[in-house]
Amino acid sequence: MNALHRHRILTRIWSSDSGWKGYFTTVNHTDLGRMFMVTSVFFFIVAGILAMLIRAQLATPRSAFLGPEVYAQVFTMHGTIMMFLFAIPLIEGAAIYLLPKMLGARDLAFPRLTAFGYWCYVFGGAMLLFSMLAGIAPDSGWFLYPPLSSKLGNPGINSDFWLLGITFVEISAISAAVEITVSILRYRAPGMALDKMPILAWYLLVVALMILTGFPPLILGSVLLELERAFGWPFFQVAEGGDTLLWQHLFWLFGHPEVYIIFLPAAGVISTVLPVLARTTLMGYGWIVAAVVALGVLSFGIWVHHMFATGIPHMALAFFSAASTLVAVPTAIQIFAWIGTLWKGRPQLKLPMLWIIAFFATFVIGGLTGVMVAVVPFNWQVHDTHFVVAHLHYVLVGGFVFPFLAGLYYWLPHLTGRTRFFKLGETAFWLVFTGFHVTFMAMHWVGLMGFRRRTYTYDEGQGWELINLISSIGGFITAIGFGLVVIDIIVNALVAVRGRRNPWLAGTLEWAMPLPAPVYNFASIPGVQSRDPLYDTPDLANRIARGEGYLGTPRDGQRETLVVAVASGQPEQVAIYPGNTPLPVIMASVTGLAFLGMLLKAYWLVPLAVLGVAALAVRWVWSLGNSTDQGLRDVGHGLSLPLASATAHPPGWWGSVFLLVANTTFFGCLLFGYAFLWTIAPNWPPPAYLEPGLIGPLLGLIGICLAPTGAYLSEKLLRKGKSLLPGVALAVLGGLAAAAAAILSMRAAADPQGHAYDAIVWVMAGYVLLHVTLATGMSVYVAARSAAGYVAPDRYGELRIAKLWTDYAAVVTLIGLSVLYLPGAFP
Amino acid sequence: MRLLKVTGVGTTLLLLAGCEDSLSTLHPGGPAADAIATIWWVMLVASCLIFALVMALLALSFRRSGGEGGGEKVWLAGLGLAFPMAVLAALLVYGLVIGERLIPREGADVVTVGAEGRQWEWRFTYADLPGLVTQRVLHIPAGTPVDVQITSADVIHSFWVPRLAGKLDAIPGHVNVLRIEAWEPGEFEGLSAEYSGPGYLDHRFTVIAHDPQGWADFLQGAAE
Repeated sequence: MNALHRHRILTRIWSSDSGWKGYFTTVNHTDLGRMFMVTSVFFFIVAGILAMLIRAQLATPRSAFLGPEVYAQVFTMHGTIMMFLFAIPLIEGAAIYLLPKMLGARDLAFPRLTAFGYWCYVFGGAMLLFSMLAGIAPDSGWFLYPPLSSKLGNPGINSDFWLLGITFVEISAISAAVEITVSILRYRAPGMALDKMPILAWYLLVVALMILTGFPPLILGSVLLELERAFGWPFFQVAEGGDTLLWQHLFWLFGHPEVYIIFLPAAGVISTVLPVLARTTLMGYGWIVAAVVALGVLSFGIWVHHMFATGIPHMALAFFSAASTLVAVPTAIQIFAWIGTLWKGRPQLKLPMLWIIAFFATFVIGGLTGVMVAVVPFNWQVHDTHFVVAHLHYVLVGGFVFPFLAGLYYWLPHLTGRTRFFKLGETAFWLVFTGFHVTFMAMHWVGLMGFRRRTYTYDEGQGWELINLISSIGGFITAIGFGLVVIDIIVNALVAVRGRRNPWLAGTLEWAMPLPAPVYNFASIPGVQSRDPLYDTPDLANRIARGEGYLGTPRDGQRETLVVAVASGQPEQVAIYPGNTPLPVIMASVTGLAFLGMLLKAYWLVPLAVLGVAALAVRWVWSLGNSTDQGLRDVGHGLSLPLASATAHPPGWWGSVFLLVANTTFFGCLLFGYAFLWTIAPNWPPPAYLEPGLIGPLLGLIGICLAPTGAYLSEKLLRKGKSLLPGVALAVLGGLAAAAAAILSMRAAADPQGHAYDAIVWVMAGYVLLHVTLATGMSVYVAARSAAGYVAPDRYGELRIAKLWTDYAAVVTLIGLSVLYLPGAFP
Repeated sequence: MRLLKVTGVGTTLLLLAGCEDSLSTLHPGGPAADAIATIWWVMLVASCLIFALVMALLALSFRRSGGEGGGEKVWLAGLGLAFPMAVLAALLVYGLVIGERLIPREGADVVTVGAEGRQWEWRFTYADLPGLVTQRVLHIPAGTPVDVQITSADVIHSFWVPRLAGKLDAIPGHVNVLRIEAWEPGEFEGLSAEYSGPGYLDHRFTVIAHDPQGWADFLQGAAE
């Protein structure tokens, strides 16, 4: 088989459906990465237009352009779209597009999940867009503090759009994070040990883990606030035992890690692009990995610095102030590692480098003002003023947008296969860079002079007029600059000349392929010995095309890639991907019906949609695996490997582990909320604690014992070649007992509208019920799969997945029911 | 430090000649705002120096012909780790000391008032004269520490008199205490500083600081 022949066969195997249908059925990471990025840029433009409305309104005092109601929607949506519909999805899109190419895989771990996440993002985003066009957009600020955002301050539908739309979009963030984590850990080129990964993979691994632990608090907060708004469960209403501060804790537990979730991928881009453009290698790879991990951990310890003005005890303030300043250290390590790298090499002033310089000049200022606002007394003065607005734009634009523009121009030849020809980009750079600083530099001053954020206008005579006018002019210059960037990209993508392979002479694997990237990425998967395989083997691309790597011989029209050992990168398994399917978009649509039902208060629709999702999920997983033993598969180089689906820990098991990391965080936050209300909320204790009685705890105990035993027994029986039905029966029985216990505790706390305690009981019991139901359903599913021959003595990975979820359900039943029973049992 | 502040204030005035700065945090009218304004000037100078250092190192990297320019020890252990640790430790201690000084403490001469925010006005009560409620105007004695007990009747607000002290949130169900003090008798503008809905812009109040005689007269007059 020659290279061209191989290319044709692989292209046929990996191609998406042709025509418009292809957009809806594609599961290919290259397609979906592009779709994510283009959609996020669309939202950037929308939010940018909102920013221009803000600057137009504030250009002159007492402007009559926007009234307070419209202005509130504009600033809320500007922040919301930029954070949730632009920044995070752009990161996801870039990661989805780049990761397999940099790691030496042909796709991500769960291609259909990528597509599902994309459609959740589109539909959730569309809900928010619709609310804006209809003039009923969220209007209480992007962090949606209750009671203003709850029924008291916001009786309309505005906040519901935010809570439901954003939660819908978060599904895509969680999906992408699971996907990215498993892909980085398992889907790499043979020989690529963890310490030989491209540095960007380390950044994205940390970011994905941060998403898994950072987003659940927000999702929990949104669920609770939506329950309060829809059904009157008073989690945040002080008179009924709630506390508005609970929302602030949950929101900023998400909100501060979020800042680093946005910054770290951008830093990863710099760590990737800067050494290449300085014709050297990155200084201090190990230092940087350590700094990134430290940032990820520290960022969870500083959420309270958004709440310095809420009356937190002084000792706690000192702690969080220290942690907030400390976070500057790992950032400084990276900054100086980059400058050291520039000193080590011979930097070239190409366009991506210009954006990197803009990053330095902007982000360092944002970091310094960040240290300032971490100093508590100073924070008390500038909190909620334009000083903070200026600071956060320096951090987010300087620390995210500029590096990503560097990355965009760096990887543009990869995306388009063309060399940049029209040089609009340089003009655009200068417009954006100067425009940005003109807009935001002086804004620090008006903040110090007492100009609050979120006021729709201001009076003359405070010295704010000139600065605001300058800011607005700068804002429009910036906007023109961004417009030019977009035009530059479109023109160069469509009509510039074809470029050569590896134009920057980079060392990472994504450049070892023809450009634009083929649908299958690698004709054969190369073995890797160092961090820069292309520097070791300059003609690597040709070797790959000639099939000299692994899996060079396409087989049975299957989409194959290698799965490696986590640490060493030794090849262990062959993964076979599902092909094009409309299932993800259908699944996302049905999921959307549940959100729509909540939004329109058509609550009957919600259980129907949930049933639909469950049915589709069964359909989804049923198509995986094989009903006969496949044996080992020859992958080349004398190596034969088993199929991933036939191993004890198939990809779905790994995905479940990381999904459970997010789930555990969610549960932990729920416990935190319970404890927080208990200790801090003014109107506690509640009128009465739940009376556990005897039946409930007994049923719970039976469930906790039986279900995991059943799952354990199923595996034992199956591996001995016997029927697993006795085990499954035991697991189902246990599940039913635990579910009954959960329902009993809901009945015992009869009035979730009356006190936050009862409402918490319902949520806790509901969480237990959901997981017990899920685990029981999985056990039944495994029994059916066993009957159909997909689960067999040598292929019991699916059983392992069900076992994992059953054990998790037992643990949450134990903890969840205990915290509900104990107060009533020992009053 | 005094010199630094004078030059700083001077530049501000030059830049914004003729402007009223009744809401400026850099035109303090009491000890708390004054301490914080000093922190700002110190941090501004330090930040400018650090920024200049980083930019100089960055610029120099482009002017050199390449090769070894200091190893990991200099760049990472020195500039990346030790340098920020030292600067931040100093800043942190400074911030904590000032923060400690601003904490409301027991004292014989402390006057206590209450501030309750609601959409969209402020109501003030006085421990020295129970039953008295003033709307939109808070009366305090000048030259005396005043503890403001802040709470809210509906959504979250924030009590802020920029020339006197930092802000503190008014949270339903909670009472937060802020120490303010005005050096001299006079009027000080106050703002609510947490977005609270369409009336947020004009959710303001005035603090009137009285001399001892004026304060006695106020309490006397209000009692009658």
